[in-house]
Amino acid sequence: MNDTANVIEVSGLSKSFGDKKVVDDFAISVPKGAIYGFLGPNGSGKTTTIRMLCGLLTPDAGTGSCLGYDILGQSDMIKEHVGYMTQKFSLYSDLTIRENLDFMARMYKVPNRRSKIDEALKDLGLHNRSGQLAGELSGGWKQRLALAACLLHKPDLLLLDEPTAGVDPKARRDFWDEIRRLSDNGVTVLVSTHYMDEAIQCHNIAYIAYGRKLIDGPAKAIPDMVGLHTWRVEGPDLAELEQRLRDLDGVEQVARFGSALHVSGADRAALREALEPLLENTAWQWTEQPAGLEEVFIHLMAGSTDNFAGAEA
Amino acid sequence: MALSASRFMAILNKEFIQMRRDRMTFAMMIAIPIMQLLLFGYAINSDPRHLPSLVEVHESGPFSRSFISAMRISTYFDFRGTVANAEEADHALKSGRAAFVVTIPENFERDIIRGRRPSLLVDVDASDPATAGAAASALSLIAANTVQDLAIGPLRYLQTEPEAFDVIAHKRYNPAGKTSYNIVPGLLAIIISMTMVMITAIAIVRESERGTMETLLATPARAPEVMLGKIIPYVLIGYVQTLVFFFLAFLVFGVPFEGRALPFLIGLNLFILVNLALGFLYSTIAKSQMQAMQMSFFYMLPSILLSGFMFPFAAMPGWAQAIGTIIPTTHFIRIIRKVMLKGAGLADIAPDLRALVIIVTVVTIIAMLRYRRTLD
Repeated sequence: MNDTANVIEVSGLSKSFGDKKVVDDFAISVPKGAIYGFLGPNGSGKTTTIRMLCGLLTPDAGTGSCLGYDILGQSDMIKEHVGYMTQKFSLYSDLTIRENLDFMARMYKVPNRRSKIDEALKDLGLHNRSGQLAGELSGGWKQRLALAACLLHKPDLLLLDEPTAGVDPKARRDFWDEIRRLSDNGVTVLVSTHYMDEAIQCHNIAYIAYGRKLIDGPAKAIPDMVGLHTWRVEGPDLAELEQRLRDLDGVEQVARFGSALHVSGADRAALREALEPLLENTAWQWTEQPAGLEEVFIHLMAGSTDNFAGAEA
Repeated sequence: MALSASRFMAILNKEFIQMRRDRMTFAMMIAIPIMQLLLFGYAINSDPRHLPSLVEVHESGPFSRSFISAMRISTYFDFRGTVANAEEADHALKSGRAAFVVTIPENFERDIIRGRRPSLLVDVDASDPATAGAAASALSLIAANTVQDLAIGPLRYLQTEPEAFDVIAHKRYNPAGKTSYNIVPGLLAIIISMTMVMITAIAIVRESERGTMETLLATPARAPEVMLGKIIPYVLIGYVQTLVFFFLAFLVFGVPFEGRALPFLIGLNLFILVNLALGFLYSTIAKSQMQAMQMSFFYMLPSILLSGFMFPFAAMPGWAQAIGTIIPTTHFIRIIRKVMLKGAGLADIAPDLRALVIIVTVVTIIAMLRYRRTLD
């Protein structure tokens, strides 16, 4: 594998469970050293896609490579160079912190195991609690332990499945500092998340919903790619205003952001025309602004077809 | 405090839905009573008949022929052939090919007619007292009737008390007829199959249930690594169980160990392996620890009832024997009884070892085919 090749290069990836198509014709190219954000609502197929990339699930269709190895025939090779952090804590809760790290280090045949584990425990700040059962740790600590465990074998690619779900903001920030540091050292990171503040920190973003990739590109370019226009309005009686705005032609989406409403539409002229009568009312302060990622994603969600409709909830 | 009919109905309905979705529990609830009824009703027979018998003929005449035929008519005995000498008879009893060997001595007919009251020797495999008891006690009655039938005309004088010939039942291996001698060795088979299957199945299913299987599968671990790594600790547990078993068998029950260590150890290891493979197979089917437990219990029932552990195997009807034959416990019970009580060697237990090898091969192949290294 040379340095210019993409770390992940797959296309046509599909997976069904029963008659539910969970991932549909998915393609992605992830360059080396990138932090690639994987966004989408619950049940959109993020986890299934990640599992197919690291050989935990066999795709129904599709081809591609991961770290230069074929995702269908060489998953054993892929597994050796990938660090995978599951959505749910999946280390052994009845093993101690050290025993878990030791188990993982052995599974990946990490050289100088003892010193690597001591190092990891020091970095984690868990050195004097290493005999504690992993199951007794709080959510934030479990997540840090899981990350440490999947970094022991110095993977080239990190697959992180909603790593910060249920973790406090401070721990999340620390976590992302670590992710950026790894990326600077050439580790490629594919991370799924629900949080927009995390999405902004990614170099690239792929947004999937209902098993389909709706958009894929550099984080900064996404709003332009979608072509959404937004007005921000502040003032009194926003709840009532929200109702009025929803009924206007040209307004596709009204979303509340703290003390303001973001009013968006795909057609800039039509949006302005619809808002014209309200813009003159001095009770509200209107400003036109570039659409943010969050508006973009709400917009994408509204436009995606629901291929689970009719299926059992 | 008000009770709500609608809440009650909601819960009732929910339970029914859950029950219907949980097919395993549903199947168990239906199958266990059916199985118990069938097994206790038909398969278990405490008056065993059609026991395999052989005859060692040194002389043939009307009295001996008539005696053998009366034995056959009694339905207790099924004559499967003849043996040439005492050594062959011994081997047949040891290997379980025969439960009875009737020896007709030389000059038997002449001695009867001369009123010398010769003895007819019947060797009985008494390692299972239930098998031997009823049939052995029927022997003297059969002998008396035989004489009655033939002692007519010029031989009328033979119709006297005591009978014209003696039947000496020689109870082998367990002369005192202690039931514990029969039950205790079999218990090792039951203990091992009860715990090994369940522990292995649960240990593997627990990984999936707790989500740790995902971590395990994401590592480059290969199937045999996982399988062996999970199984070997339980082999050791099997050894510990065996040690505890012998400790109790000797000290509490005073059961002798007549055989050698080697045939026993070969049988033991094979049997532990079969059970672990079965546990592994169950783990590939069960979706939860609960299901794994249920499946293990489901397996236990025929293991106890149809293996010859509690009830004589030979007394069961053909279909029950057929089921019993594919249960590994049946074969290990035979092995351990033969080795412990009869001092059997490798040659005597060869058919049972062969059966265990076949079972372990089949089960392992199915388990390996079913084992998935993905989460599909």
